[in-house]
Amino acid sequence: MPDHPPPAPELTAADIRHIARLACLSPTDAQIADYQTNLAAVLGYVGHLRTLDLAGVAPLATPLPTTGPMDPDEPGQMLPPATLLKMAPATDGPFIAVPKVLGESEGGGGA
Amino acid sequence: MSVLQTALQIAHAVRTGAQSASGTVQQALARIDAENPAINALTQVFHAEALARAERIDAQVALGQDPGPLAGVPVAIKDNICTTLGMTTCASRMLAEYRSPFDATAVEKLLAAGAVIIAKANLDEFAMGSSTENSIHGPTRNPHDHTRVPGGSSGGSAAAVAAGLVPVALGSDTGGSIRQPASHCGVVGLKPTYGRVSRYGLVAYASSLDQIGPLTRTVADAGLVASVIAGHDRRDSTCAPTTADDITATLSTLDNVPKGLVVGVPRQARGQGNSPGVAQALARTAEAFVTAGARVVEIDLPHAGAAIAAYYLIATAEASSNLARLDGIRYGHRATLAPGEGLGALYCKSRSEGFSPEVQRRIMLGTYALSSGYYDAYYGTALKVRRLIKQDYDQAFANGAHVVVMPAAPGPAFEIGSKTADPLAMYLEDIYTVGVNLAGLPAISVPVATETIRGKALPIGMQLIAPPLGEGILLRAAALLERTGA
Repeated sequence: MPDHPPPAPELTAADIRHIARLACLSPTDAQIADYQTNLAAVLGYVGHLRTLDLAGVAPLATPLPTTGPMDPDEPGQMLPPATLLKMAPATDGPFIAVPKVLGESEGGGGA
Repeated sequence: MSVLQTALQIAHAVRTGAQSASGTVQQALARIDAENPAINALTQVFHAEALARAERIDAQVALGQDPGPLAGVPVAIKDNICTTLGMTTCASRMLAEYRSPFDATAVEKLLAAGAVIIAKANLDEFAMGSSTENSIHGPTRNPHDHTRVPGGSSGGSAAAVAAGLVPVALGSDTGGSIRQPASHCGVVGLKPTYGRVSRYGLVAYASSLDQIGPLTRTVADAGLVASVIAGHDRRDSTCAPTTADDITATLSTLDNVPKGLVVGVPRQARGQGNSPGVAQALARTAEAFVTAGARVVEIDLPHAGAAIAAYYLIATAEASSNLARLDGIRYGHRATLAPGEGLGALYCKSRSEGFSPEVQRRIMLGTYALSSGYYDAYYGTALKVRRLIKQDYDQAFANGAHVVVMPAAPGPAFEIGSKTADPLAMYLEDIYTVGVNLAGLPAISVPVATETIRGKALPIGMQLIAPPLGEGILLRAAALLERTGA
């Protein structure tokens, strides 16, 4: 890795808002300003990797030499619905309650 | 329970009837009540439940039954590992009131071996941190100097063991989160081979890197706990189809000096960023191995300098995916909506309220690395570097090294608050540990020295690294280092 990092990429407030929308987050103006400096600094640091010679190197997503053994496809134990419903923040009878899905106003979130 | 009693000693005494599990747990609880408020290592303590379980273990012994190899041993569980006892908060507002409906496989195995779950331990939120400062429960303080961090993210586990509150704690290690706090607190921390211990019930941070392991006061205790929690689990598809028999067999040979041991010292471990105490400890560790009859050779890990960058791209990319499940719908924090707001707003508001700024920062970084137009430049590149880092270790072992030694951290514990404003400075704390996770290797931190700063002797741990599934030689080399010191 070189001693002097490449310049940090410019991240505009619009860039940050775009990433936040993808991540389903609603950053405050202060957070956006923080990301513009700290996130850019981290991206500048990790940008070192692109200076390495990676021609012909295959990506490695997991250190495991092989995939795990497959289990037979048969029903197993599962948690009772009542137990799962108990964890939910809001319920309506045997269902998890959610707010209105259709017809949400623009800017209501990044779903 | 004597403060200095090990898990091996407790279990032997309880199994033979020389000591009661109830008395052991009562003493541990008394010590926790007296000492924990000053360091905030444990965030939930299960007084009644632990005593009731200890009484059941005593009843088993009275009936002539063997409760198991961890009979009556009080254990603390890092609070990102699911327990039906208490809550599993991940130190996050998002899961502040989450009660797991199941025990993690590692917890099930501890219970089956006779252990007593006595408390949950503090951590950096969702295990994202190196200092245990970023927690809804407040920071944990280093037992050796209360103005300093215990390391992280398993800082509560390390501090609890170091303060003598428990002889054993479980932690999790995604980029050094067992080994670095073990170093800062002066205890032993073992990160097993990726896939050696089931991740079922470990709240996922980065699924291709996460691994559960023990923090203890001795190498023998770390081996004992590893022999209990390791082994295949069909509920974790990445769990290696192996048993723990080799680790169990190693436990009786820890006192023997491994014959013909070859220890590799990477020239990259002698970095300019090492504190004077760490530099001296590394040199003395190499000397100690030579004195003990081992051959010490210099090795090269040419891509070690790229490990932090690759790690933070891969870990945050996986985190952005794993934490997407926390959306305020099925469990966890749900925001209150204003009139007219719908499902999309619920997702965003719940996540923004539930996650701390540091967790949000990592989600943002990972999302950026995975986003269209940047995937190949960042995440794809990091995966290629990961292969090079693994190949470096493969080559070192193929060239004859049985274990590799390097510091667990570049310096002793730092002051609380000194790195919180600079995320990159905090990330660089993991410079010696993240490569092991990228390569999936087993590694252990053993306390070998202290460095005195402002009149306080701060512990320094040395890290040993072995080939995949090499926990046997790793534990034997660590036991040798533990005996000889640095």
